[in-house]
Amino acid sequence: MRELTYLEAIREAMQQKMREDSSVYLIGEDIAEYGGAFGVTVGMLEEFGKERIINTPISEEAIIGVATGSAITGMRPIAEIMFSDFITIAMDQIANQAAKIRYMFGGKAKVPLVIRTAGGGGTGAAAQHSQSLEALVAHIPGLKVVMPSCPYDAKGLLISSINDDNPVIFIEHKLLYNNKKCIQNVPRQMYEVPLGKGDVKREGSDISVAATSYMVQKSLEAAEKLSQEKGIECEVIDIRTLRPLDIDIILDSIKKTGRLLCVEEAPIFGGFMGEVSAQVSEKGFDWLDAPVVRVAGRNCPVPYSLVLEQEMIPGVSRIEKGILNLLG
Amino acid sequence: MGNDLKAEKPYITIDGYRVEDKFSGLDDSIKIEMLRKMYQIRHFENETEQFIIRGMIHGTCHLYTGEEATAVGAIYAINDDDYITSTHRGHGHCIAKGADLNIMMAELLGKRTGYCKGKGGSMHIADVDSGNLGANGVVGGSIGIATGAALTCKMKRNGKIVVCFFGDGAANQGIFHGSINMASIWDLPIIYLCENNVYGMSTPVKEAFNIEKISDRKYAYGIEGLTIDGNNLVEVFNTVSHFNGECRVGRGPVLIESLTYRWRGHSKSDAQVYRTREETKQWVGKDPIERYKKILIDQKILIEKEDRDLEKEVISQIKEAAKFARESPFPEPSEVEDDVYA
Ligand SMILES: Cc1ncc(C[n+]2csc(CCOP(=O)(O)OP(=O)(O)O)c2C)c(N)n1
Ligand SMILES: [Mg+2]
Repeated sequence: MRELTYLEAIREAMQQKMREDSSVYLIGEDIAEYGGAFGVTVGMLEEFGKERIINTPISEEAIIGVATGSAITGMRPIAEIMFSDFITIAMDQIANQAAKIRYMFGGKAKVPLVIRTAGGGGTGAAAQHSQSLEALVAHIPGLKVVMPSCPYDAKGLLISSINDDNPVIFIEHKLLYNNKKCIQNVPRQMYEVPLGKGDVKREGSDISVAATSYMVQKSLEAAEKLSQEKGIECEVIDIRTLRPLDIDIILDSIKKTGRLLCVEEAPIFGGFMGEVSAQVSEKGFDWLDAPVVRVAGRNCPVPYSLVLEQEMIPGVSRIEKGILNLLG
Repeated sequence: MGNDLKAEKPYITIDGYRVEDKFSGLDDSIKIEMLRKMYQIRHFENETEQFIIRGMIHGTCHLYTGEEATAVGAIYAINDDDYITSTHRGHGHCIAKGADLNIMMAELLGKRTGYCKGKGGSMHIADVDSGNLGANGVVGGSIGIATGAALTCKMKRNGKIVVCFFGDGAANQGIFHGSINMASIWDLPIIYLCENNVYGMSTPVKEAFNIEKISDRKYAYGIEGLTIDGNNLVEVFNTVSHFNGECRVGRGPVLIESLTYRWRGHSKSDAQVYRTREETKQWVGKDPIERYKKILIDQKILIEKEDRDLEKEVISQIKEAAKFARESPFPEPSEVEDDVYA
């Protein structure tokens, strides 16, 4: 094993799958010489050539359409949408086509498509390059939605996503790509992290904190602080795949702690954690000692100015406060 | 007598279109004003680059350096109260349309005194009062909006027109097709001005299109269209002036492809592996400012000393804007949810 960044882990998953399976290919904007807007595909053109690292014009709708069409006819495309904000441009192809083809055809087709895209804010890229739109896609039956929070999971989840016969929206976080704080040992060989399984990233008995993507890292920071400063032990659960959702891992945790804080970056109204909260209150009411509480983004677009952006997106101190309030 | 005057008007031919040389009839003061605007854009971008290097720009910026003649030539050919829509590379359009440099710079630094109170930043600067309906972070995102503004102009019969700026890259978005087709069937007063600067991020135009000229797409929509030298302010001005007139009498829309080049990297971080230094150098040799300046000096509209003074004046104006921006306050965190709804 050796240490990899999140970005390197994602790249390695794609390289290894492409070496193994000639039907896997990449399609997207500026992914060839340029290596992708964030550098994820650097070096892949040299290894796999332009036939399999397909650089496209700026046409998100067509990228997803083309990828979908090739997926139902025997290829296993990985389509890169540079910023997750632009999945909205491809939304017909994602929501009305890729997601529903299998069902509409009575199970007679498969759509082994991965849409990789960079989500989240904190980069000063403002309202159209910073959104967390996972709830939008998680709402649509037929799609799987994955949000890795660390390099080990990123590699294993991407391999599972490529191996999966369904359309998977794989949302990466920009602030994780080169994040030196979360470099990890990652096995050299290929391995799967199963879709539909959450992961306890930190054990604790006082309160459960369920989070997605970069907010898992922020929640872990808050948990460490509270442990050192106040002796409070948080159990931090990484949801990892929003759909299918592993609700059991959260229910098991609240059996122990009796309290659940949900943390996500997207605006709180209509966010994915609303679903988690509803399922937990339906299925875990007996174990709860307090209502489920959410810490999430403010109900506005992501603003440009640093002061405003930091106010919009939850940070460690807001999570800490949420935990303390919930513990009363 | 009217006819006689008409006969004397100088005409030139640009990509097969016979257009009046309106430029030569302009007041010298306006000709010099256009040079000033180009200098403002150039030095505004230089200052922005300094802010980027010093880490004072929180997000990213896309610099318009080297493309000044297109924004200035086109915007000076329309009326002050006409509309424009801009792009992610929008500082040039914004300045040419008459934005206040202090307020613009403040927005780039995320200050409350900026055009968008710090909420938008470089990619979303809008100055609705001056008719600038906004930069846009989504490639192609403004093409529909511009078309809608042109629909308003037609429905309200307000006599205004729209210039829709977008890049070569944007011409491959679906909205390009839907919008221009609508504008065509409804004869909307709009000039689609495609800034072909050879690349969309790293992708060369020759790899993103299988046609010689982007303006050839005019045939698909049954509209007029042509390709011009976007680094020649006079040509841009004369072309847009001509179609400005056409649009106002219901003979719009038009698709103008303006050939130019971005001197800097695509955005804040770009190693420019997709192009050669020689290529960039060649284009720097076609500097739109140098070319325009030479015309003014050759025509004795300007002497070198006046030019130097003009540039100096602009530089100190930009320093002033930078100072204003630096000294302006940040927004208050409590303002974060303001302005979501009307
Ligand atoms: C819908 C969408 N896709 C991708 C991007 C990322 N991106 C920003 S600018 C750009 C290139 C745009 O090229 P062009 O339209 O030619 O404008 P230029 O940058 O050359 O001025 C890309 C791909 C984006 N902002 N929006
Ligand atoms: Mg371009």
